[in-house]
This record gives sequence, C-alpha cells and structure tokens, in this order.
Amino acid sequence: MKKTCLHGCHTELEAKMAPFAGYDMPIEYTGLDEEHKAVRTRAGLFDVSHMGEIYVGGPDAAAFVDHVFTNYAAAMADGQVLYGMMTNEDGGTVDDLLVYRISESKFLLVVNASNLDKDFEWVKSHTEGYDVDVRNYSEDCGQLALQGPDSEKVMADVLGIDGSDLAFYTFKILPGNIIVSRTGYTGEDGFEIYAAPGTIVDMWKRLTEAGVQPCGLGCRDTLRFEAGLPLYGDELDNDITPIEAGLGMFVKLDKPGGFIGSDALARQKAEGPRRKLVGLLIDSPATARHGFEVLDLEGAAIGYVTTGYNSLTLGQNIAMALIDARYAPLGSKLQVRIRRKTAPATVVKKRFYIPNYKK
Amino acid sequence: MEKIYYRSSHEYIKADGTTGYVGISEYAAKQLGVVTYVDMPEADDEFGAGEEFGAIESRKAASDLFAPVDCTVLEVNEDLESNPKLINENPLEAWIMKVEISDPSQLDDLMDQEAYDAFCASEQH
Repeated sequence: MKKTCLHGCHTELEAKMAPFAGYDMPIEYTGLDEEHKAVRTRAGLFDVSHMGEIYVGGPDAAAFVDHVFTNYAAAMADGQVLYGMMTNEDGGTVDDLLVYRISESKFLLVVNASNLDKDFEWVKSHTEGYDVDVRNYSEDCGQLALQGPDSEKVMADVLGIDGSDLAFYTFKILPGNIIVSRTGYTGEDGFEIYAAPGTIVDMWKRLTEAGVQPCGLGCRDTLRFEAGLPLYGDELDNDITPIEAGLGMFVKLDKPGGFIGSDALARQKAEGPRRKLVGLLIDSPATARHGFEVLDLEGAAIGYVTTGYNSLTLGQNIAMALIDARYAPLGSKLQVRIRRKTAPATVVKKRFYIPNYKK
Repeated sequence: MEKIYYRSSHEYIKADGTTGYVGISEYAAKQLGVVTYVDMPEADDEFGAGEEFGAIESRKAASDLFAPVDCTVLEVNEDLESNPKLINENPLEAWIMKVEISDPSQLDDLMDQEAYDAFCASEQH
C-alpha cells in the first residue's frame, strides 16, 4: 500500500489508519466528533497528499483544459481556481476536480486520488491536435488542508504565511514553489497548501505542535457531506452526470467549442434528467447509508442513498440520495429501507449546513 | 457462575447456565466510537449461532451484530433506545439482549477472556 509523506506523523500521533484510494490514510486521531467540531469552530489540519496533481502546459493549455473540463477555463484569471468536472462522451463523470490557472499557458488539475491513474490516461489520450505538455506531479507533491474559521490566523501565526489577501477560490505561489489556495472541502473558510514533501512534513509538525487539531478522512467526509459537497464514488461516478448531481452551475454548455460530453449533457438538460440527487431528512434513529434503497410510499424502489450520516451539526439522520426525478421536489414524502425496517423520509435541500466561506 | 465468552466479530455473551447477556466488547466499542443507534431484535426472536441479530451504529459506520450461540431473545435492553452511548460508558454492563441459550455446550466454541485479549492484540498489529 502507498504512503503519503506524512505517514510517519500519523503513526506517531497514533491515528486509526485504513486503506483509501491505495494509500494507508488516517481515519481519525482523537475522535471523529471532536475533529469535526474543531473544523466548524476553530481549525483542523488534514493530510490530503494523496490527491493527484496533473500539470498541463503549453501554448494550447487553456483551449485543451476547456476541451476536457465542464467549466470555463479560458475566462479564468491568473491565480484563480475553478471547480468542475471531466465528463465522458455520454456525460458521465470521469472525475470532479479543481483547475488552477498559473498563467495562460500553465494549469494545474487537482483530482481525486482514487481516479488519478484513470484521469491521467484520460487527459493524455485527448491531447491530439493540441500543443500541450501533460505531466503527473502527484508523487512529488504533498498537500495539507487547514480548514476552519481560525485558519487565516493560524496560518499567519504558526507558518508566517499571510492569506488575508486571498479571496475564496484564488491562490498564490510563494518562494520554494509553495502553492497556497483559499479552497477546501469542509464548508468552512480555509486553505490548501501544496509543496514538496519535506516542506509539507515541516509545516504539519509546526502546526500540530502549535496545538492545531489533526483531522482524519472520517470527519472530512462528514464535513463535506453536511455542506452538500459531492464525493466521487458516492454522488458522482462514471454513470452519473453532473446535471443529475445538481452541479449544472459548473457545466458551461454554451462555452465556445463545447467539451467532451457537452452534447450529451445539453440533451439531458433540455429533456430534464430522469434521476436527481436530493437531500433526505430521515425520521429514524437509524442512519441510512450508501446503497440503501429509497422507496415511494407504496414501497416501490425509486433510487438509493449515496451518503448518509447522523449529522453532528443537526443532530438528525440525513442523507443524499439519487432518485427518480419525479419524486425530487422539496417536501416529497418517501421511505428508506434500513436493514429489516423502513423509515419515513422527506426530500429537503441537500445543503444541510450553510457554508461559512470567505466573501 | 457467570462466565464471559467472545466471538471473533467482537460480541460477548455473559452466560450463567442457560441464561446469557449479549453485547459488544470494550475493544469493539472503542473501535466504533460514539454509538448513535442500536438496531435491536424483539423478544421471542430466535437466532442460530453466527446469525445476524441486529446492528450497531456510530457516526462512522454500521456494524452487523451476530449471535454467539443458538438462542431465543428473552428481553432487549430498552435503555439503549434513549441512550445508546451507554455502550461506550460500560460495554460489559450495557448488554443488548438477554437470551435463553439453546445448547450451552456451544459456548466452548467461543473465546474466553484470555484468548480474546490475545486475539485483539493480534488484530491491532
């Protein structure tokens, strides 16, 4: 199994470890609930070095990124970050990712670790006709996420890095090729830092020694879920389109030249998707988890749960589910099968927690 | 005299004659984290050894529960409905179901405390 550059730090902190995307990753340190609350109220530190970084450079870089990316890269400014997807010809999602524009001819694509090999092959296999250089920088790059309302102050006090000049979804490059972006996956303000492994290990040690709560993948999932953010493999997949997942605002169907999958997605948008991702409020002490069936009131299967938790912030069982679009309107009364029993469920907005992003 | 036995899936049974109390071990409770819900069987339900009788949930995950021996449910621990965290506080006292053991000789197929402690130590490394 692969290890990130911070693996030694995790074992030193006696983290509970488990395999994720081929890496031995920390799931929790002092406890999921405590780590989740630290991010919502103060700051928490995540090792996200497993994420993949694909560099796209060359005279046609912007045009090429726009060919494989659903959002509009050509309109980006230097130092801007954009969220979007790569889709296949059928509109299914290859991956969701962040695109960093370093300059007109240099972009960095940050992709899910579980999809890195697939993504790299996908990107390379579509370069014909574009003058671009595509490289996989993932092995040479460590990544930290510092998340929570105190992140800006903590980063300044402990690391001496001023983030006050960064608006949400922008980044800067510091001496030593350190990328600092105001981004994250928790629904809170925060930063992600990309740097050489040695630098990342040094920063991790300084931050944890200063008392910043280390946070595992366990609370990363509960945090992103409460904020209504999708996880590839749950809310997105090869056969789930961004339109079905409710991510249409990140799909620019009218951009010049379109992109791989744009025809299929335009058709689906015009006809209306047959499935939609919804939020569910579940009236039961039991939690509906990934793969559990969603039923109509007569007991017919109409979809399945993509993620479900007993929400720390709400104190209730909530879920995201991919269901027949006819049942998707807010307030629809449904049921969820939880093992031997069924529980009543109501369709609600899937953003269960209103994010506190930096304006 | 009451004696405790464990299954490799971390359920315990405290047995005295043909009466037993089934719950999850201290090790399992610690691994699971804060318990949010216990999906319990009903009185008079019958289970074979190794058969699923319920589930236990934390924020992280749901784990199925398996009957250590052939048994019939006499009573479930209703305190766990309103306060599932009792399992974290004292898992050996917070039993999930009280059962009638069909064949006490099946207890010999389970681990005693010493064997179970060694088993957990080996699972951790």
